[in-house]
Amino acid sequence: MSFDASAKQAQLQSLVDTVLNHARKKGASAAEVAANSSHGIAATVRLGEVETIENTADNGLGITVYYGQCKGSASTSDLSEGAIDEALTAACDIAKYAAEDPCAGLPDENRLAKEWPDLDLYHPWQIPVEETISIATACETAARSYDERITNSDGATVNQDEGVGVYGNSLGFIGGYPSSRQTISCSVLASENDDMQRDYWYSTARDASELESVESIGRRAAERTISRLGARKLSTRSAPILFKPEVAAGLLRNFIGAISGGSLYRKSSFLLDSLGQQVFPEWINIHEDPLKPGGLASAPFDSEGVATSARDIVADGIIQGYVLSSYSARRLGMETTGNAGGVRNLTITPNTETFEEMVAALDTGLIVTEMMGQGLNMVTGDYSRGAAGFWVENGEILYPVEEITIAGNMKQMLMDLLAVGNDADYPGSIQTGSWLIREMMIAGE
Amino acid sequence: MTTSYELASRQLLAPVSIGEQEIDRLLGELCAHQLDYADIYFQASRLEAWTLEDGIVKEGSYNIEQGAGIRANSGEKSGFAYTDDLDFASLLSAAKTSRAIAASGNSVTVPVSLRNQPALYQPVNPLDTISRENKIELLQEVEQHARAQDPRIQQVIVSLVAAHDSVVVAATDGTLAGDVRPLVRMNVQVIAEQKGRREQGSAGAGGRTTLEFFLNGRGLELAEEASRQALVNLEAVDAPAGMMPVVLGSGWPGVLLHEAVGHGLEGDFNRKGTSAFSGRIGEQVASPLCTVVDDGTLEQRRGSLNMDDEGTQTRQTVLIEKGILKGYMQDKLNARLSGCQSTGNGRRESYAHLPMPRMTNTYMLAGEQEPDEIIASVDKGLYAVNFGGGQVDITSGKFVFSASEAYLIENGKITTPVKGATLIGNGPDVLTKVSMVGNDLALDAGVGVCGKDGQSVPVGVGQPTLKIDELTVGGTA
Repeated sequence: MSFDASAKQAQLQSLVDTVLNHARKKGASAAEVAANSSHGIAATVRLGEVETIENTADNGLGITVYYGQCKGSASTSDLSEGAIDEALTAACDIAKYAAEDPCAGLPDENRLAKEWPDLDLYHPWQIPVEETISIATACETAARSYDERITNSDGATVNQDEGVGVYGNSLGFIGGYPSSRQTISCSVLASENDDMQRDYWYSTARDASELESVESIGRRAAERTISRLGARKLSTRSAPILFKPEVAAGLLRNFIGAISGGSLYRKSSFLLDSLGQQVFPEWINIHEDPLKPGGLASAPFDSEGVATSARDIVADGIIQGYVLSSYSARRLGMETTGNAGGVRNLTITPNTETFEEMVAALDTGLIVTEMMGQGLNMVTGDYSRGAAGFWVENGEILYPVEEITIAGNMKQMLMDLLAVGNDADYPGSIQTGSWLIREMMIAGE
Repeated sequence: MTTSYELASRQLLAPVSIGEQEIDRLLGELCAHQLDYADIYFQASRLEAWTLEDGIVKEGSYNIEQGAGIRANSGEKSGFAYTDDLDFASLLSAAKTSRAIAASGNSVTVPVSLRNQPALYQPVNPLDTISRENKIELLQEVEQHARAQDPRIQQVIVSLVAAHDSVVVAATDGTLAGDVRPLVRMNVQVIAEQKGRREQGSAGAGGRTTLEFFLNGRGLELAEEASRQALVNLEAVDAPAGMMPVVLGSGWPGVLLHEAVGHGLEGDFNRKGTSAFSGRIGEQVASPLCTVVDDGTLEQRRGSLNMDDEGTQTRQTVLIEKGILKGYMQDKLNARLSGCQSTGNGRRESYAHLPMPRMTNTYMLAGEQEPDEIIASVDKGLYAVNFGGGQVDITSGKFVFSASEAYLIENGKITTPVKGATLIGNGPDVLTKVSMVGNDLALDAGVGVCGKDGQSVPVGVGQPTLKIDELTVGGTA
């Protein structure tokens, strides 16, 4: 791969600068431009043979212009002069038709990042494609050789990706930095009698040296798949539910959605006016750390140039702050929290030691390892999703279950949280252990 | 009349001086390696979107996406590279990268020839047929109409999207084809409030046509429909939990078919043996009342295409006929590896994605029962008429789809509305439990988006009213 990050960054910065100038010449009173360029390769090996080699090369430029309080946006994947000019012209034209919005505009100047640390986000892998293939092969082999019931495969994929992003606005802010992301994933099938199941595991990091070993990824993919064989349905009942980290992270994401500016100012959240209110039990703390070195979602400034900083979103079960951009903050009569583009690196403090302890605390109930469908009504908090996992009686895992649903109301589910484990092991920028929830309705046979 | 190919190549290739000679050279470069097949997919698209919120059109956006993807197949292997730069040197470099999937050799280039194809939609640019003033007026009219439905309607968001997509495909099997694909969509979302309770309703429609589609009352109908749903939901009680008879309304509830059987019948999963339907052609997988087809040839439908993204003409493929599994949906790669013909289901999100077998418009043919008779046959069950999304695990066959408007059926009558709930079942046997099929086949209004391996494509679904004797309903009561 040939990707010169510093040259690319200089090139994109000069491009952003040029487009900002052109916007000014077209009469825009303010403008902001984001440009990015990335490059990668993904190799998939299935049943020991190369299946696909995908070379990715993506570019993008997004422009927002303001004429007073009127806003227009455009984007292009083609960075040629002609395409950028077409996009800018369209954005300016759209702004002329848009109505005045008193909240529209760039962030307050004093909130823009002035200087920022190197967050250690760029570790290009740049290994030859042959090596990528052999890593994928080793990973899939580890999964396929784990158990003779592993009979088929969706393959193992090794993905290396690196890129540069630059953001600038007409307040004089311009900043950018390179980043990288490496991922190894594996998905296999198991069969026994008439039952066929599939599951996966993966690892992702900025730096390839931090990835889980290929043997471990393959083995866990196989273990997870095998453990699903022989799944049964359950009869309809209510029971306590233990959400494993891979699904608990989704619940945390749902919570963040409900306290995000867009849901709040549209009054389409089940957590309206929840600032300062207790929404979790009092032992819960949720922390955001956008400046975590090497973090998967780390960023020194948000997607509108506002400086990011570490904070508690929830302390002692009480909401300390919403998740806001400049626009949503103005709509709510508040200040931005530096979350344009979302939350960055969340952790929740555990109150329990091991997963085994949590299973003991569950006593008789359901461990959920997978959920299906959307199933959350953000306006009411009503929650109903397909689920698969394991049935537990007297602290003992008895058998896998599938084709059931779990339902409740998210607001109640958050208050009903009995324990959070320290078993956070699922890759991603939201790190949480398992969640034990007092009771939900299970629908089955 | 100018053909879609001529229009597409004029928009896409002429400005960058790519002609048939250059295409032949690129295919020649690809053929210098031992490939079974290779293709070049040129694409240019423009999309314009407007959103009205809080009574004002506060933003609009315009997106440009263009480039070319070059794919090379050798056996089961695919090499793929793409570029957003359409100059010959960049294309050549992408061709050399993707052909590296196979060793060099010397094979023969097949000259490409232009294919004739139907015109299921006009090669128009829907961004331009009505002015920006008129788009904004339309949004405002729809918004006001929604608010006028009832004083309890508090929040209204209306969005309007028009996309213009031009593609040209050239392949080593001699294919040379082009298509100009308009696509429009309008969505209305409302929130109604009553005594502190808030509930939402939404409606959308669209197709491969121009925005005039929404002018003669269709936009207003969406405002009425979204408002109606929100008001119904204000009265909804907790949904039941457990297994029970479920009657699905006609049209959009056809998302059942998309999830329960559609994905499981895509050729790639079946070639690899990873689908719960693998190796089951000729077997009974549904009740004899069920005939399910995938049909890319319906005029102006959201999931329709004059040709798929490999240049193959779309068609109607019978998936299940009177309960018997008849066939899978194929793209060229999976058809070749499975020893059959492409069914015109090779689709991709864009030039930057690899094609794979995807659905177009998937629906069940009408039966003979009156919808009223079907409802009357249920003692105690659920009647579900509107849905959000769904999902399927094609290997275990388990699928879900989430009802957003549903009612209890008690003693053969539709009674109380219930809150949204997820329905879960097993794809290979859910249709065996279909005991009544209505005579009221309807297709959805044109809002479906299907995701697979991270790629989104527009699709359609449809079905008549039908009764499933037992399905698990994921409520709380």
